[in-house]
Amino acid sequence: MSIYGWVQIILYFLIILALTGPVGNYLYRVFEGERKPLPRVLGAAERLAYRMVMVDKDREQTWKEYAFSLFVFSFFCILVVYGLQRLQYFLPFNPQGFKGVPPQLAFNTAVSFVTNTNWQAYPGESTMSYLVQMAALAWQNFVSAGAGIAVAFALARGLTRKASQARGATIGNFWVDLTRSIIYVLLPLSIVGALFLVSQGVIQNIHPYREITTLEGARQAIAMGPVASQEIIKELGTNGGGFFNANSSHPFENPTPLTNFIEMVLIFLIPAGLTYAYGRMAGNKRQGWVIFWAMAVLFMAGAAVCYYAESRPNPALAGLPLDQATGNMEGKEVRFGVAGSTLFAAITTAASCGAVNSMHDSYTPLGGLVPLVNIMLGEVVFGGVGAGLYGMLIYAILAVFIAGLMVGRTPEYLGKKIEAREMQYVTAYILIFPFIVLITAAWSAIVPYGISSVTNGGPHGLSQILYAASSAGGNNGSAFAGLNANTSWWNIVLAIAMLAGRFLMILPVLAIAGSMVSKKDIPPGPGTFPTEGFLFVALLTGAVIIVGALTFFPALSLGPVVEHFIAHAGRSL
Amino acid sequence: MTQHPRKDVSLFDGRILRQAVVESLKKLSPRVMIRNPVMFIVEVGSALTTGLFFQDIIAPGHHSAPLWFTASVSVWLWFTVLFANFAEAVAEGRGKAQADSLRKIRKDTPARLVKDGIETEVSSTLLARDDVVVVRAGEVIPGDGGVIEGIASVDESVVTGESAPVIRESGGDRSAVTGGTRVLSDEIRVRITASPGSSFLDRMIALVEGSSRQKTPNEIALHILLMGLTLVFLLVSVTLVPLAMYSGIALSMTVIAALLVCLIPTTIGGLISAIGIAGMDRLIRKNVLAMSGKAVEAAGDIDTLLLDKTGTITLGNRMASELIPVDGVPPERLAEAAFQASIADETPEGRSIVSLIGSQYETAGFERNLTGVVEYMPFSAYTRMSGCDFNGTIVRKGAVDAICAFVEESGGTVAPLVRLTAERIGQGGGTPLAVSRNAEVLGVIHLKDMVKEGIGDRFERFRAMGIKTVMITGDNPRTAAAIAKEANVDGFLAEATPEKKMALIKEEQEKGRLVAMTGDGTNDAPALAQADVGIAMNTGTQAAKEAANMVDLDSDPTKLLEVVEVGKQLLMTRGTLTTFSIANDVAKYFAILPAMFAGVYPEIAPLNVMRLASPASAILSAVIFNAIIIILLIPLALRGVKYRPLGAAALLRRSLMIYGVGGIVAPFIGIKAIDMVLKALGLV
Repeated sequence: MSIYGWVQIILYFLIILALTGPVGNYLYRVFEGERKPLPRVLGAAERLAYRMVMVDKDREQTWKEYAFSLFVFSFFCILVVYGLQRLQYFLPFNPQGFKGVPPQLAFNTAVSFVTNTNWQAYPGESTMSYLVQMAALAWQNFVSAGAGIAVAFALARGLTRKASQARGATIGNFWVDLTRSIIYVLLPLSIVGALFLVSQGVIQNIHPYREITTLEGARQAIAMGPVASQEIIKELGTNGGGFFNANSSHPFENPTPLTNFIEMVLIFLIPAGLTYAYGRMAGNKRQGWVIFWAMAVLFMAGAAVCYYAESRPNPALAGLPLDQATGNMEGKEVRFGVAGSTLFAAITTAASCGAVNSMHDSYTPLGGLVPLVNIMLGEVVFGGVGAGLYGMLIYAILAVFIAGLMVGRTPEYLGKKIEAREMQYVTAYILIFPFIVLITAAWSAIVPYGISSVTNGGPHGLSQILYAASSAGGNNGSAFAGLNANTSWWNIVLAIAMLAGRFLMILPVLAIAGSMVSKKDIPPGPGTFPTEGFLFVALLTGAVIIVGALTFFPALSLGPVVEHFIAHAGRSL
Repeated sequence: MTQHPRKDVSLFDGRILRQAVVESLKKLSPRVMIRNPVMFIVEVGSALTTGLFFQDIIAPGHHSAPLWFTASVSVWLWFTVLFANFAEAVAEGRGKAQADSLRKIRKDTPARLVKDGIETEVSSTLLARDDVVVVRAGEVIPGDGGVIEGIASVDESVVTGESAPVIRESGGDRSAVTGGTRVLSDEIRVRITASPGSSFLDRMIALVEGSSRQKTPNEIALHILLMGLTLVFLLVSVTLVPLAMYSGIALSMTVIAALLVCLIPTTIGGLISAIGIAGMDRLIRKNVLAMSGKAVEAAGDIDTLLLDKTGTITLGNRMASELIPVDGVPPERLAEAAFQASIADETPEGRSIVSLIGSQYETAGFERNLTGVVEYMPFSAYTRMSGCDFNGTIVRKGAVDAICAFVEESGGTVAPLVRLTAERIGQGGGTPLAVSRNAEVLGVIHLKDMVKEGIGDRFERFRAMGIKTVMITGDNPRTAAAIAKEANVDGFLAEATPEKKMALIKEEQEKGRLVAMTGDGTNDAPALAQADVGIAMNTGTQAAKEAANMVDLDSDPTKLLEVVEVGKQLLMTRGTLTTFSIANDVAKYFAILPAMFAGVYPEIAPLNVMRLASPASAILSAVIFNAIIIILLIPLALRGVKYRPLGAAALLRRSLMIYGVGGIVAPFIGIKAIDMVLKALGLV
């Protein structure tokens, strides 16, 4: 550990803290404000978009209509992305002449990008044509992120709208929310950010791959491509699907410590800003800050543990004539160091991004436990764009329910009663994730077609399986690297896990929005439990940890936990 | 309150406990258990391990746990189910003990049915709605109803516990009678208002026995959460088998069943119905009869309480508090006239004047001065005054304008001070009565609405709970404001009419507040029905009782305080035990997981933070702790967590420390202690 490392972590957090307000204000203005930014340019684009798809922007939808629109749109996206992959050989922008992507892999990839997971069972530079990268994958990076933001605003409306303002039982219009998130938020930021990345050395071209002769005289193909335009949205939309197989550890994706830092900031930018926008919608900014701080506490704890664990010497290498002062550098880029790598790992797993700049598989057991736990907490530590906020709000409802009972009053959140119906949806939301993860992992751990993909035996192999299942179920998309995921079993089962992890969880979220929006609001009294102070931050973090820990501790104890103890006992498997 | 005959059921009455043991065995029937899914899973686990035990006796499986271990786990799992059943049975038993004492009243009583003017004797069970019966002195009233003719004193102690008889008469607000009570004097005709089996007593018995208990909204919501948690832990336990298999660990069914039962929220699952039944029982002990658990729960959420002024906040009668003579009149002269004008006045106001003067003067002399033929003039709505004539002297007291007019008619003049004083008294919320002797107004009596002693403190407690109190009165706003200030209520509704009352309730409800109100009159009925919680006084009319969702047998309007407390306690007890139950799982993981995996991964030993003696002991200790904690928490479940009006945040901090942090720590200590005992006994 070094002062520099800690400074980087703390500086990072302070920058996020400083950006939360401005970004939140901007988001609020775009989605809830009367006057949108840049009406001449962006407003015109927005109106044009509505005219093209024939959407009446003033017509709001009920939660069922909202969910139906989202599902229809996502299904359509899966079809398009699948088709483009299958047909890429016959389509332009394929200088390397890649063949069509095999069906199972194409299905897995289509689902992966539409669900904002960006799990990649393929190496990008040897599988996908430029057209697929740009028109299928980068496109999905925008719209899947936009869909996430849309759902978050739908839930926020459900919770914060006063019965007097509610227009029936509607929670917004999916098409409008999606369009606005892209035109006002994701596109402008991406254009500026991509230019910055190019200035730092990220490539952006559609040339064929270059053949070069290395210093040793060997011939090597250098992959090219429109990288910057995809790199920027990869972080901003917490997608995480790299242009190259090596993702953000590739010098063309993430060339310098500065780009590394900016990429990290981009990942948290919208998830953090959404908490503030939520506070403004609730008419009380503290309601948003409470959510922010609960996320921040969980995040900082993980980042600190991960950095600490990776800075320690690797016990397996003890006794060898090695200088381990830099910590465990296996699988990490020298230009980022331990701090820049572990911080990235903590951020990308907390935020359901899935981009990686180091190989989590090579982390020490304890260091690797942090990314895994971050995912297993349900992607609510800032979480995916939109998904993090709506996930955390579900936990807030759960925390309020328990707290309400404990103070002897029918639980209420933001002045609306939490009743059996909402608890039904909350319970469903909380149940789905463990179901996906544990069943996928348990099944895969005992069948030959599951285990055969595992590259390490013993507890570490189990960690690889758990990581893959959690990453897919949590729509994270990062990989523990060791697992060979491009097999029929893993392609299909993880695609199902991703679909369930996205849409089965959005369903109860929208249902809660629908049932809360038309509820009568109750003015707070001295008997009402306040959801805006330190106590609620503690309660919320506690709820997230308890639910996550109780669900996954047994599985984890057979993976990274026991691996940690074995490593420290000096035994290797 | 007077001595109450039904308060004596102790928490651990031997007879109830013995019955509960039998009941808890009967409740093992799966058909009963399925109603509580959490405990049903435990029962399935118990049956499964028992089956395994017998299977292992015949043909031991390859991966079976040792026989003694399977047997012990199985026995303790059964105990877990039994303890939960026991908790419910004790709660029901306590209710039944009350019900039995009530049922004695309900026994068949003969009734004199009047039909077409002919009186026939029938059994009370045959009475239908709208039948008319005659009840004479010494007879038991055969059913709930309203008095349509006559007046009688009735002993209602069987229902209310109050030994003093009450007056029941036709018409007005004191016409309702309860079946099972006894007429002490006179004769009344009663129109029966309840069909057999649905009378007041029947409902009360059903409620305390828990047989008609329906789950309340919050209870349903909690049940959903508990079922969700149970499903999660079922999933965790079941998927652990393949995950362990991957690691080369063969987990026996016994161990998995033990893990599952330890993890699912058995503590709250086992006690949840006992908490609900005990809550209703507590309420009835406080002499409040709730028509549903839902109403009790709603009482815990009350924001606004509407109270009738008369009889609730004030003693109900205006009392003389001061005699104010006009200039030049000696106080004694005014006192004498006022005394003489009131001596025959039996109204509470008149009594209070006599007693006020009695406390200040020697009244024997005043009485002696009443000589000759004394003719008393009672109060009438027409004259609006009362008094007496003797020896040509006319003394009167009454409404100021009436007296003034009377004096002026008789040729006297009224000092301007009289009207000024009267006005001043009126402004202060009091009622002025002028006193005249012949053609002279001597002064004014200040009649004051006396606020009940200690009522201000009670309202302070309401305020601490976050409940706003609003006084309802027919007085003018000036008077109302003065009394409201004195009584320490938060607001008032003056010149109230039933429509205004209704409007106020609706207005508060529009703002999202939950409104409770107490009332007794027939004209209160619509408002009682509209309020979220309506409490009718037992002395009130049948209409009021039917519109309300609770009846207070003591007719004490501030009883709502206790109802609110019981409502809050219900939620708090469930909430805290849920937290405790979930927090317990942390320690259980630290006991069971290392024990499961230590065989293949001995390095996992540091996770065994409690240093439990052996894997078998660790698992068994966790299972035993899980069962015993249910028994230990029965008293808490039956009594309820104490409610303190501290404000929500402070209350939560407190509960989180005790049941959250305590819930994490307690099982570490408990499991370690059980492990040490098992080891000391040489069992493991």
